[in-house]
Amino acid sequence: MTRTQTLAPKPSQGFPSREGKSMLFDPSLPRNRINKLCTTVAGTFATIAVLPLLLVLLYVLWNGGRLISPQLFTQLPPAPGMEGGGIGNAIIGTIIVTAIASLIALPVGVGGGIYLSEYSRSGWFAQAVRFANDVLAGVPSIISGVFVYGLIVATRLFFNQSYSAMAGGIALAVLMLPTVIKTTDEGLKLVPQELRWGSYGVGASRFVTITRVILPAAFTPIATGAVLAIARAAGETAPLIFTALFSPFWPEGIFNPIATMSVLIFNFAIMPYEAQNALAWTASFVLVVMILGANLLARWIARAARP
Amino acid sequence: MTSDVAIPRADAFTLRRRPASERLLDIGFRQLTISLAALVGLVLLAIVLTVFHGSQEAMATFGLKFLTTSSWDPVNGTYGAFTAIYGTLVSSLLSLLIAVPLGVGTAIFITENLIPKILRDAIGLMVELLAAIPSVVLGLWAIFVMEPFLRPFLNFLHQSLGWIPLFSTPAQGPGMAPAVLILVVMVLPIITAISRDALNQVPDELRQGAYGVGTTRWGALFSIILPAAVSSITGGVMLALGRAMGETMAVTMIIGNALNFSFSLLAPANTIASMLANQFGEADGIQVSALMYAALILMLLTFTVNVLAQWVVRRLSLRY
Amino acid sequence: MSSPVSAPAPTATDTACMSLENVTISYGSFEAVRNVHLELPKARVTAFIGPSGCGKSTVLRALNRMNDLIPGCSLKGRVVFDGHDIYHPKVDPVEVRRRIGMVFQKPNPFPKTIYENIAFGARINGYRGDMDELVERSLRKAAVWDECKDKLQESGFSLSGGQQQRLCIARAIATEPEVILMDEPCSALDPISTLKIEETMHELKRNYTIIIVTHNMQQAVRVADMTAFFNAEAVEGGSGKVGYLGEFAETEVIFNSPVQQSTLDYVSGRFG
Repeated sequence: MTRTQTLAPKPSQGFPSREGKSMLFDPSLPRNRINKLCTTVAGTFATIAVLPLLLVLLYVLWNGGRLISPQLFTQLPPAPGMEGGGIGNAIIGTIIVTAIASLIALPVGVGGGIYLSEYSRSGWFAQAVRFANDVLAGVPSIISGVFVYGLIVATRLFFNQSYSAMAGGIALAVLMLPTVIKTTDEGLKLVPQELRWGSYGVGASRFVTITRVILPAAFTPIATGAVLAIARAAGETAPLIFTALFSPFWPEGIFNPIATMSVLIFNFAIMPYEAQNALAWTASFVLVVMILGANLLARWIARAARP
Repeated sequence: MTSDVAIPRADAFTLRRRPASERLLDIGFRQLTISLAALVGLVLLAIVLTVFHGSQEAMATFGLKFLTTSSWDPVNGTYGAFTAIYGTLVSSLLSLLIAVPLGVGTAIFITENLIPKILRDAIGLMVELLAAIPSVVLGLWAIFVMEPFLRPFLNFLHQSLGWIPLFSTPAQGPGMAPAVLILVVMVLPIITAISRDALNQVPDELRQGAYGVGTTRWGALFSIILPAAVSSITGGVMLALGRAMGETMAVTMIIGNALNFSFSLLAPANTIASMLANQFGEADGIQVSALMYAALILMLLTFTVNVLAQWVVRRLSLRY
Repeated sequence: MSSPVSAPAPTATDTACMSLENVTISYGSFEAVRNVHLELPKARVTAFIGPSGCGKSTVLRALNRMNDLIPGCSLKGRVVFDGHDIYHPKVDPVEVRRRIGMVFQKPNPFPKTIYENIAFGARINGYRGDMDELVERSLRKAAVWDECKDKLQESGFSLSGGQQQRLCIARAIATEPEVILMDEPCSALDPISTLKIEETMHELKRNYTIIIVTHNMQQAVRVADMTAFFNAEAVEGGSGKVGYLGEFAETEVIFNSPVQQSTLDYVSGRFG
């Protein structure tokens, strides 16, 4: 660059003249028109984005909520073509299957999270675990069902039983695991380092430090993550349709097929009977209330714990 | 010799020397967490092996032709997954085409101080709660509410643009178009949430710098803020793509599960995930193996997209 | 280095570039600074000094409506620039910021190339001249051309902190504003970079009105023609302090023979 030095002031050369130009807002300027247009578009998009939730909630409340009655919780679904009935078995089934999944995924996930946050250094093993966890989080939920079908259902692993509540619970646990590990790992990382030093400083062992000092300090984020993971699992369908299958009867133990609300919705939605369709809406109502309730609860836990 | 100073009796601190049991507990707990962490890898490995093992028979029978042929014929035992692969890719890509502008636009609207904070928080909360609605409930809603409402519009498309192959069939119920729209509803929360985080992470100094040289709000957004956030947003979009490809229930309920290939978006179609959901329970023999083969392809697709997503985030963020 | 003593003292013929008339700025219900009257002279460097929390940065940011970006921040009174109250509801804040540029406390180059950092502002201000020439001229004026000339296409982040800040000054002057506001521009910099930026300011005041907030009193003495001393006082019955303008005069007067005792205490280091 061999340009002559041009330090001499050359005010406003090349710039549009400001003489006589007011500072008043001029809505007809291109930039202000573009601004207004973009804001309108973004506002419209935001409106469209909230519409689905409102519409789904509205229909679930209207189509499902108005059918709520005590018998719904105490009766079995009707045979095809019959009227009345309830979804009692599916409600209990959802609770059982979700409980099995939580009993597996929560201890394993919290344990794995403790390893990642408290013990692992940046070695190959920890990196491999983190990578596997990210990959597992991205595995489609239906694949988890295919996996458990191939491993447990088709091989009749449990007491020569094929479809079972246990198989469904394991399939859900596979889906919950990455979330629980991730929230535990991140929750533990939020615990200030000084707390660990303080505990080691009074001569506490690693085990005591982790179980008595660090885990309680990270209780809120871990609990929030756990509640969200359970809520998510309770609504999952794809891993259950060929693991837990469905049952028109009351649960007969965890090594038999079991009804769940999500599979009931799927099965009954595509049946050509109005009684079944109505029960699908009702089950949706119960499920949505439970899941949104759990979500709001998790939010509330997180907020209440914040200083 | 006696002293006045009270010396603690030696046995007051019984644990001065760590007993072997405590040390064992320490080591045992560490080993326990290591094995629990290793379980994640084992589960992943088991998934891959189970699906791979299950697909062996179909792989040997159909080979790579499985990917390019579209006949799915349980009666004659010939299987090709082209219809489902095509449906998976088209439904997820089309849904992103709609959901990305909607999600990023919404994220901008609720991060950039355009409306009062309480409204922004309310919109953010509603989009997050949308993510919590179970897929099967959205499917139910799609069957009974969305699709009947949509059908006249789709038929209007067919009547006015029917000469385009994409709209060449009349809309008669379930099909690709309603499946794409329900996928939009399902990936919108992910895209919005990740874009919102990305925009919030752009340092405020950068915004001020842009306003300081006299940009308008959208000038600053398009030329400074969005470019600074683009790596995270792109990563989020890729994650959403992975999610859309694997999404099962709502799609299964509304896509029509067609076994025949059609270019028309208004005709019934199929995806790998919905094919699995529909047929796995009743399949036997080589059909199970063919379905496992399709499942393996779906896993490969989502794996590639997810790894690419992480790569994109790392690669693009170097420039900022 | 030129000392402020040799600089021509402002006279009655100096025209005010900006004037604040009874300005009170609040964050929500909390008043940050109260009842400021101030006439900022054209083509001079004016320094705002004072203890922490006296509202000097708040006042500076009010001069090109940067406070608009802080939710809940409101201003009472008038800020007159070029015959307009820039807080009049019909005034376009974008237009105001195009004519009153700003350099911030922390260097904040855009995540673009050095060249684009300069060209971006000029382009949105409608510049139609030779862009290469403008980039070079701006970088030279900001005394950072030598460091940048061989890497114009590299990221602005590849520069050191002091160079980044001078890049930001170049960015501000490239849009040819009439006033440049500087909010503690040297607080994050080492002494050598600080000195270079002060030299830049001396160069710039031939063409621009400069208003600088500084914590460093020597810096005020070195660069400013006029100095405004802000102070803070406890509010009766309220919590926290509210800022006010203590004294405004030639820098020489403020530092050598201030009228008020509190100014003398502050500039002689007895508090603050």
